[in-house]
Amino acid sequence: MAIVETKNIKKTYKQGKVIVEALCGVDLIVDKAEFVALAGPSGSGKTTMLNIIGGLDVPDSGSVIVDNNKFADMNQAGLASLRLHKIGFVFQAFNLIPVLSAIENVEYVMLLQGVPKIERYDRAKEILDDVGLKGKYDRRPAELSGGQQQRVAVARAIVSGPAIVLADEPTANLDSKTGEDLVLMMKKMNTEKKVTFIFSTHDNMVMDYATRLVTIKDGLIVNDEIKA
Amino acid sequence: MVIILAWRNIWRNPRRTIVILLAVIIGVWSMIFLGALMRGMETQMVKNAISTLTGSIQIHHKDYRNDPVVENSMNNIDKLDKALSTTLDPGIFWTKRVRVNAIASNARHATGVTLVGIEPEKEAKISFIGKAMISGRFLLPEDKNKIIVGKAFIEKFNTKIGNKLILMSQNTQKEIASKAFRIVGIFSAESEAVEKQFVFVPISQALKILKMGDSISEISIMLPRLDITGKNETRAAEKLKAAINDDTFVIETWQQLLPMMKAYLKISGFFLYIWYFVVFVAMGFGIVNTSLMAIFERMREFGLMKALGMRPFQIIKGVVTESFFLLVLGILAGNILGFLSVAVIAKNGIDLSALAAGTQMWGIPRILYPEIWVQDVIVAGLVVLFLGILVSLYPAFKAARVTPTTAMTKN
Repeated sequence: MAIVETKNIKKTYKQGKVIVEALCGVDLIVDKAEFVALAGPSGSGKTTMLNIIGGLDVPDSGSVIVDNNKFADMNQAGLASLRLHKIGFVFQAFNLIPVLSAIENVEYVMLLQGVPKIERYDRAKEILDDVGLKGKYDRRPAELSGGQQQRVAVARAIVSGPAIVLADEPTANLDSKTGEDLVLMMKKMNTEKKVTFIFSTHDNMVMDYATRLVTIKDGLIVNDEIKA
Repeated sequence: MVIILAWRNIWRNPRRTIVILLAVIIGVWSMIFLGALMRGMETQMVKNAISTLTGSIQIHHKDYRNDPVVENSMNNIDKLDKALSTTLDPGIFWTKRVRVNAIASNARHATGVTLVGIEPEKEAKISFIGKAMISGRFLLPEDKNKIIVGKAFIEKFNTKIGNKLILMSQNTQKEIASKAFRIVGIFSAESEAVEKQFVFVPISQALKILKMGDSISEISIMLPRLDITGKNETRAAEKLKAAINDDTFVIETWQQLLPMMKAYLKISGFFLYIWYFVVFVAMGFGIVNTSLMAIFERMREFGLMKALGMRPFQIIKGVVTESFFLLVLGILAGNILGFLSVAVIAKNGIDLSALAAGTQMWGIPRILYPEIWVQDVIVAGLVVLFLGILVSLYPAFKAARVTPTTAMTKN
């Protein structure tokens, strides 16, 4: 069952007087519970693709459907609501709100969703335990390592049971051991909780864990490989 | 959590928060302190004016105020006495007076004065004279040829207690009447002009010299508490008018008797609010500037929040909540500082004696005691809070308009 479906996505940017073609007609279908890596060199269009799937950016042409929601039919408020309820994000850096503790960062999305306080706290605690941060609930981001911060970000992304989690180079700022631990943890969530992950990377170790590897080059998918 | 987030956000940069807090505190303090000084001055000016023989309400013959001569005196006093006794509430005092222009002279000096015939016991409860004696004694009802004069008068006439003073005026028969009085007491007043202008004798003596029979110039009524808005006085005057029901008499409140004072009070209140606005404008720039700095520093964070699904109005709510905390803290601290500084100064007042020559002309007291009016404190707080939140909407809208992808790629 397709959870993400893009058809002929095109996107250009203007850099000064130069027009850059970021995506030149991308078709991508991602099924539920897939663990997809978008690979490719810098500037290939990976982040643009994730932003468009996440409703953070609007394509010049083409259509995007996420969990049966057609973006073309939605306004900004609708897209914000979709992001809040259906999409989890993990960014490369600056993932967390620095003045909130780990548990409060995880609770924050549920607060926006209107989840009652007690339920919010219990669910946030449970998910932090799942990502290996038991006992570190009250630590502020500055008191956590880079890997722990990304774990909190993953916990926040999956806590409300989104249709997909989009992760933009989640291991880029981590050392290889920490990065591998993070990917293993994401993989565990994917296997146990059937969370669909789409992440961009150019880290070979991360690609090795993906069940599907989509390679983008110059704004086009040049390879789409299902792995065992 | 919105509240927790806002509270923690304002303390992310404590130095900046303290700077903006200081701006709000000083602004609010200056509003309260200056307001207290102005209100204190207003109240004392009115009190001085009222106690300097005006009273809360006065009753005159209808022509007396235009032409204050003995012919325009009030007769039929029994009717007035009865109306006053039955109409006025307990605790309200009144007294009768004779007031005419006269010439006071001794061997070396002569000057124009206002001769005031008073009922000593009643007058002492109503006007300043009861507490103004600095030397000698106050008048007694049975005094035959005794007079009290002001300190400045004594200095001007180079005289002293025990010396004689001749008073000369025109009586009801348009004849010159004169009588020698012996000075038995000296009074002091807020203004030298009052000390030089008024001389006091028992009313029986004034009536006798001026051959006024049972007529009097005025009745002065003093309500127990000063109402600077004049509402209580107006209410009491209306009751009296209905009870007396005689066009021969005119009943006026201090606001009608002192129109300049009424106009001053009105302008003064207006200027106070203009001052509030000026202070706020200066403070407002600080609030906007600091809020903008804080917002620009956190643009990536706002981008993240929007990426997570936060709506623009929720971002506005967050930023405005931060401003609300800053403003409330500043207002509270400014109020505490304002009340404390007023309390310290109210103990001994501010001595304006050095400026006495200039201030007396306007009836400004020699010692100024600040006075806090609750309505001024509320208005100052509301002005700062309401306008502060209004100006913080600008940075809030800037934060709400951020595009996640643009904001999050900024360093």
